Amino acid sequence: MSATNDLARLMREKAEAVAATVVELKDLKEAFAYVLDVCDKKEACQLLVSGCEEKLSDKAEALCETKQEKVVAAPNLSDKEYATFSALCAKRGVKCIRDGLRGHLAGIDIGVAHADMGIAETGTCVIDSTSEELRLSSMISEIHMAILPKSRIRATAFDAEREVNALINTGTPRYTAFITGASRTADIERVLAIGVHGPLELHILMLED
Amino acid sequence: MQTAKTLKEYRKELRESLDNEFLREAMDKFATAYPVGRANAFRGLDEKALIAEVADAKDAAARNMDGLFAQFKAEAEKRGVKVHMAKDADEANEIIARIAKNANCKKIVKSKSMTAEETLLNHRLEEDGLEVIETDLGEWIIQLRHEGPTHMVMPAIHLSRYQVADLFSEVTKQKQEVDIQRLVKVARRELRQHFATADMGISGANFAIAESGTIGLVTNEGNGRLVTTLPRVHVALCGLDKLTPSLNDALKTLRVLPRNATGQIITSYVTWITGANECKAAADEKKEMHIVFLDNGRRALAQDPLFSQVMRCVRCGACANVCPVYRLVGGHKMGHIYIGAIGLILTYFFHGKDKARNLVQNCINCEACKSICAGGIDLPRLIKEIRARISEEDGAPVEATLLGKVMKNRKLFHTLLRFGKYAQKPVTGGTPYLRHLPQIFMKEHGFRALPAIADRAFRDDWETIRPRVADAKLRVGLFSGCVQDFVYPEQMKAAVKVLASRGVDMEFPMDQSCCGLPVQMMAERQATIDVARQNVMAFDAARYDYILTLCASCASHLKEGYPKILAGQPDMTGKVKLFASKVIDFSSFVHDVLGMTADDFKGKGEKVAYHASCHLCRGLGVVEQPRALIASSGSEYCQAQEEAVCCGFGTVQGTAGQEAEQRRSHRRHPHGGRLPRLHHADPRRRGKARQPHEGRPYRRTAGRKPEVGMRPDAQ
Repeated sequence: MSATNDLARLMREKAEAVAATVVELKDLKEAFAYVLDVCDKKEACQLLVSGCEEKLSDKAEALCETKQEKVVAAPNLSDKEYATFSALCAKRGVKCIRDGLRGHLAGIDIGVAHADMGIAETGTCVIDSTSEELRLSSMISEIHMAILPKSRIRATAFDAEREVNALINTGTPRYTAFITGASRTADIERVLAIGVHGPLELHILMLED
Repeated sequence: MQTAKTLKEYRKELRESLDNEFLREAMDKFATAYPVGRANAFRGLDEKALIAEVADAKDAAARNMDGLFAQFKAEAEKRGVKVHMAKDADEANEIIARIAKNANCKKIVKSKSMTAEETLLNHRLEEDGLEVIETDLGEWIIQLRHEGPTHMVMPAIHLSRYQVADLFSEVTKQKQEVDIQRLVKVARRELRQHFATADMGISGANFAIAESGTIGLVTNEGNGRLVTTLPRVHVALCGLDKLTPSLNDALKTLRVLPRNATGQIITSYVTWITGANECKAAADEKKEMHIVFLDNGRRALAQDPLFSQVMRCVRCGACANVCPVYRLVGGHKMGHIYIGAIGLILTYFFHGKDKARNLVQNCINCEACKSICAGGIDLPRLIKEIRARISEEDGAPVEATLLGKVMKNRKLFHTLLRFGKYAQKPVTGGTPYLRHLPQIFMKEHGFRALPAIADRAFRDDWETIRPRVADAKLRVGLFSGCVQDFVYPEQMKAAVKVLASRGVDMEFPMDQSCCGLPVQMMAERQATIDVARQNVMAFDAARYDYILTLCASCASHLKEGYPKILAGQPDMTGKVKLFASKVIDFSSFVHDVLGMTADDFKGKGEKVAYHASCHLCRGLGVVEQPRALIASSGSEYCQAQEEAVCCGFGTVQGTAGQEAEQRRSHRRHPHGGRLPRLHHADPRRRGKARQPHEGRPYRRTAGRKPEVGMRPDAQ
């Protein structure tokens, strides 16, 4: 148990070093509540997707206008989990989806997903993203949330290698993501800027098992 | 890209780069920040061991390139991917253009791919009327400016926020503010609509894992994920050098690549794509996926006994990050498409001799790139080899040939150096500095003052000053090198006094000549071999416990260079091995062998800055000894910024360096003021180091008594 906590501590340290938010929660119920709290706290003016406040070309502006309400996507929750979560969303007046993400390319507020594994030494979440909906939800969301049971954290990529291989090499098409922090660039004058294409924030929701 | 036809044109372009104030400042900032970030990222890890693992894995993959390709193809095709092999750039471009045509694509979004830059893919696709949009922020910026990248990882490092704001104002037809965070958001929105409407995505690949037919993409922005997800067709263009047998090998490279590239422990996204995945934009909800492998000379390179190590390159760009010449002139001048030290080499193989001819003249052999290469590639050696090849194919310039001829004849060379002491008088004006080496040798460094030839060479005085050491503990053969023999003989004499006082018997074999590094740098292969042979034969290495030289460049060339240079000479194999094993630099000898301590010095407690010479700290890996000597001499060693960055002496042989010398960046002394443009920081100039004359190597004032052990090394 203490080994698990050591890994969780390292995972937190390394993820926070790349500006990820790490929270430790008891269970999925708390995780759902956290997602909706964060969603609520997004100011009304932030209904607008990131960048749409800037002066844009007509075509870019047109895509911005397609987003009209707060949207949360949760494509890899089980049916039962999704039923619970979407009911909570409905109570708070937030639109919850698990498919049709291509209809929301302007952007969504939050994408939430179960992570398959954590890699502590780099603060990385490993997420099987073979489903296109899941892939998109982790790309076009402004805040990406990964739910990670502490028992799924491995020390290094090599410690996770066998399990990663099991995700990658199944004989069928697979899309596997290592995600560490938010989307970033330093392409203008080497100044760090967050959210150039993908999420502006990554939250890791570490759960006790 | 290289468009200069002649060296003269190329020199003109270099001067333009050097006069670009923004570029110089950006490069200086980056050059000082990078080593700190990299060191942090590697902290706690055995960096050399990790690099060796990458090198071994990549070497094994290169040896089995064809086998891995066959395996990859079979595995990927099992998973619904069409795998192509292109023998050269044109064929790769044709394949991709055909895929676009067959799939009726109109708009293409691309994520960053150096391989696509190599083949000039965009040009070809645009000829077919396709709209191609780079989506990596830096790549998009330079695409809008119709430029090539100036760095493999940071393609737009040469541009300012003002230039980007102007550019984005044009794109959006709205006046943009000069604020980087807001400009990035503008790019986010402008590019998002292109992702949403593109038919085809083109990516590169950092890894191609044969056992599962998987490609790996290492990115920070996340555009690679959108490029490979949203459009209905995905084409990955991948050099054959990216093939690797297993995930395990890819993870080994992944441990080094981001650390070396940007000082990150890992990038934001590492994406593993296996097979043709779900794609709801496609008719059957399945992505049309193609992987095009590019040969373009890689298969031949992988079989080359010397150059196969080029296949270890992981495209991290670190060799540019630490290159003092890149720092001065930027990537447009320090590369054709591939940038930095590896760029000089890849340009020769991928883009031909004409593009590489001027570029390879830039290397000043400081070995900074070799010391940090993620694949442990001996970049300076390969560049020297390419110079020699081009020189042999084209015929060497007159000066190089003449110098080569002179150097092969030790007596003639030394006679000329002695003659130099008379010939230089008109140019030294009686000062101890020489404006030109004998002009017949080199003509392009008129701006530089070199120390003058001394009145008497060390070799001329040897028999009179030679100490008779009774009960000698050690016997040492002295190798002076040209500079200590003919320019700084007083240093040799001081060293002899120190050694004699510690019971070291010395010999100075008269047949020794220049170590040969200058002729090697001028690509005179035969003269390099001849001079090496002469020196090995001049020393009966078995007679000596050590062969000692004060010059770190000579030491590094004798110890590391000779065994390679004489590798093809069966009669020399044993001799050169023994010879090289005995070579030692002065600092190591005094510190490690003689074990001199504070008691041996007249310490005065002054503050001493130290400049670590390239060939001592990197060539020979001697790092601690000179600093320890400063401390044991009773002085305080003060670390100066960038104390291991090349002083520029090697620019005698480097084109860009020659142009740059007058404009050298100002390095800061830790206690304020400028770090001197020293040939080498000389502990004799204590405290805030000063330089007697701007740009002139320090020379001891005539008549002053030499103090013992004060110059830990010399180059």
